[in-house]
Amino acid sequence: MGAKKSVPVKKLVMNLPKAAEKMRVWKFGDDIDTDAIIPGRFLTINNPDELAKHIFEGTRDEFAKNVREGDVIVGGRNFGCGSSREHAPLALIGAGVKVVVARSFARIFFRNAINVGVLPVVCKDADRIADGAKITLEIKKGYIEADGKRLAIEPVPAFMQGIIDAGGLVEYAKSLKEVPVCTK
Amino acid sequence: MGATIVEKIFSRKCGSDIRAGDVVMAPLDGAMIHDITGPIAIQKFYEMGGTKVFDPKRVIMLFDHQIPADSIEAASNHVYMRKFAAEQGIHNYDINEGVCHQVTIEKGRAAPGEIIVGADSHTCMYGATGAFATGIGSTDMGFALRFGTLYFRVPETIRAGVSGKFQKRVGAKDLILSIAADIGADGATYKAIEFTGKTVRKLDMAGRMTLCNMAIEMGGKAGIVAPDKVTWDYMKGRRRMKPFALDSDEEAKYAERRSYEVSGLEPQVAVPHNVDTGVPVSRVAGTHVDQVFIGSCTNGRFEDLTEAAEVLGRKKFRPGIRVIIIPASRDEYLKTLKAGLIGKFVKAGALVEAPCCGPCMGGAFGLLAPGEVSLSTSNRNFRGRQGSTEGKVYLCSPATAAASAITGVITDPREV
Repeated sequence: MGAKKSVPVKKLVMNLPKAAEKMRVWKFGDDIDTDAIIPGRFLTINNPDELAKHIFEGTRDEFAKNVREGDVIVGGRNFGCGSSREHAPLALIGAGVKVVVARSFARIFFRNAINVGVLPVVCKDADRIADGAKITLEIKKGYIEADGKRLAIEPVPAFMQGIIDAGGLVEYAKSLKEVPVCTK
Repeated sequence: MGATIVEKIFSRKCGSDIRAGDVVMAPLDGAMIHDITGPIAIQKFYEMGGTKVFDPKRVIMLFDHQIPADSIEAASNHVYMRKFAAEQGIHNYDINEGVCHQVTIEKGRAAPGEIIVGADSHTCMYGATGAFATGIGSTDMGFALRFGTLYFRVPETIRAGVSGKFQKRVGAKDLILSIAADIGADGATYKAIEFTGKTVRKLDMAGRMTLCNMAIEMGGKAGIVAPDKVTWDYMKGRRRMKPFALDSDEEAKYAERRSYEVSGLEPQVAVPHNVDTGVPVSRVAGTHVDQVFIGSCTNGRFEDLTEAAEVLGRKKFRPGIRVIIIPASRDEYLKTLKAGLIGKFVKAGALVEAPCCGPCMGGAFGLLAPGEVSLSTSNRNFRGRQGSTEGKVYLCSPATAAASAITGVITDPREV
């Protein structure tokens, strides 16, 4: 964790891993809530780098100390449940994490992550990925490669893909000429 | 083909037939921001090129999580939001009115058939009025403030039909804890939960708010109760609206239909560290507690405090137990004060604080030290939620909280 990974708030954009980029795994369990990612007492902080100093504080203290740019979090079911605090994906960005893989995501976190530029990847076999493993993510081909295993990933819903392609919701909003109200 | 109340709300707003699974950019009737999620939402609004919010009258702003400011950072966030309110002509309730969800509803800013978003996960509580309301993050809120619309994937609905009569000192909180244990922490992800049936019809607005508030604890996008006489009576004096019919059709297509019978329901307690762990109080009775919190958007209303006071009777809270009671809003505080309950609580040994979120989110005050145990009428017991990750939080009703505050251990309110 360090200032070198600084991402100014105004320039947050989707920062996808390269095709064969090896990412080191931090493995977590089921129901990782946003209070665990960033506890309530740090929510007066809005800067990703400052938030990252307290990421998983009290839950997994070594994370903030040892996380490196490009590391990936792999969770179980219902990752990011609970509070709508966007400080959670912002803390991940500050820590240099650009991808979270999980068996399933809580709805608000899923949307917040895409909006601010962290890619949530649904992989039903996420449990087969070990802590410390090196994985590559082949988004277009639809799989994760982990220790020689190929694990299928689910495509992002089409309307959210548009936001990812734009680089997050801020960029998407800036690109809108008019808002298509009530069109399906 | 029959439609659910959620499908009808979206269809009504858009003037076309909208069904679960459709993705639609829907117009918003309200957007709520508070002191924690508001500052980032405002930044995003500006980053998106925003200069004027879509409609200042539809923006609900207040501070409730860290009030009065508990740090210089919190104070600075408040200043930033006040400046935005002044610039945009938004009425800011500031630190004066109470917890965001309670205030939004009691000020008449959520009503049957409306679509409302809030930058807080418990925004689903407004479903108690028959609105479709959901919690969003700050960037989505920036978009909402700028355009007055937001993308929604219209959710399927789980029908929770409730029948039977509650035993004495058992109520809405016990019901929702048992429903959460049944559906699970992610059992309603992306779905709405519609609470219906004779028992729900008999619930007052306070009880309906408690139910809808906790839909998110099952991953739900919204909780909702179709409006009826209770709803429309509540709306009187809060909102000028002519009552209209709004309910799911009998033949509506639900994701699931679940039934609950409450006649035999015991008081429920959710044990650490998840909300879907509700057990009958008898299973954890005798557990020592260090702090009891009665309050929050889930259970800080006059009805909740009356329930606690009824259990308290003429007794005292056990010395050595920290009992923190916080009415959810100024209106609720005044009602409680007028009924003589504030004095009663204080004399019994409680700290009664001014309306705010209090210890619920472990931010402002009332935090736990390692090894301490909290019994709380709020909605979340995640590890570290109320302070130390080595502390424990149990969730229960106001009656169970009051009974336990008298004895110092988790206690069945029917036995006090």
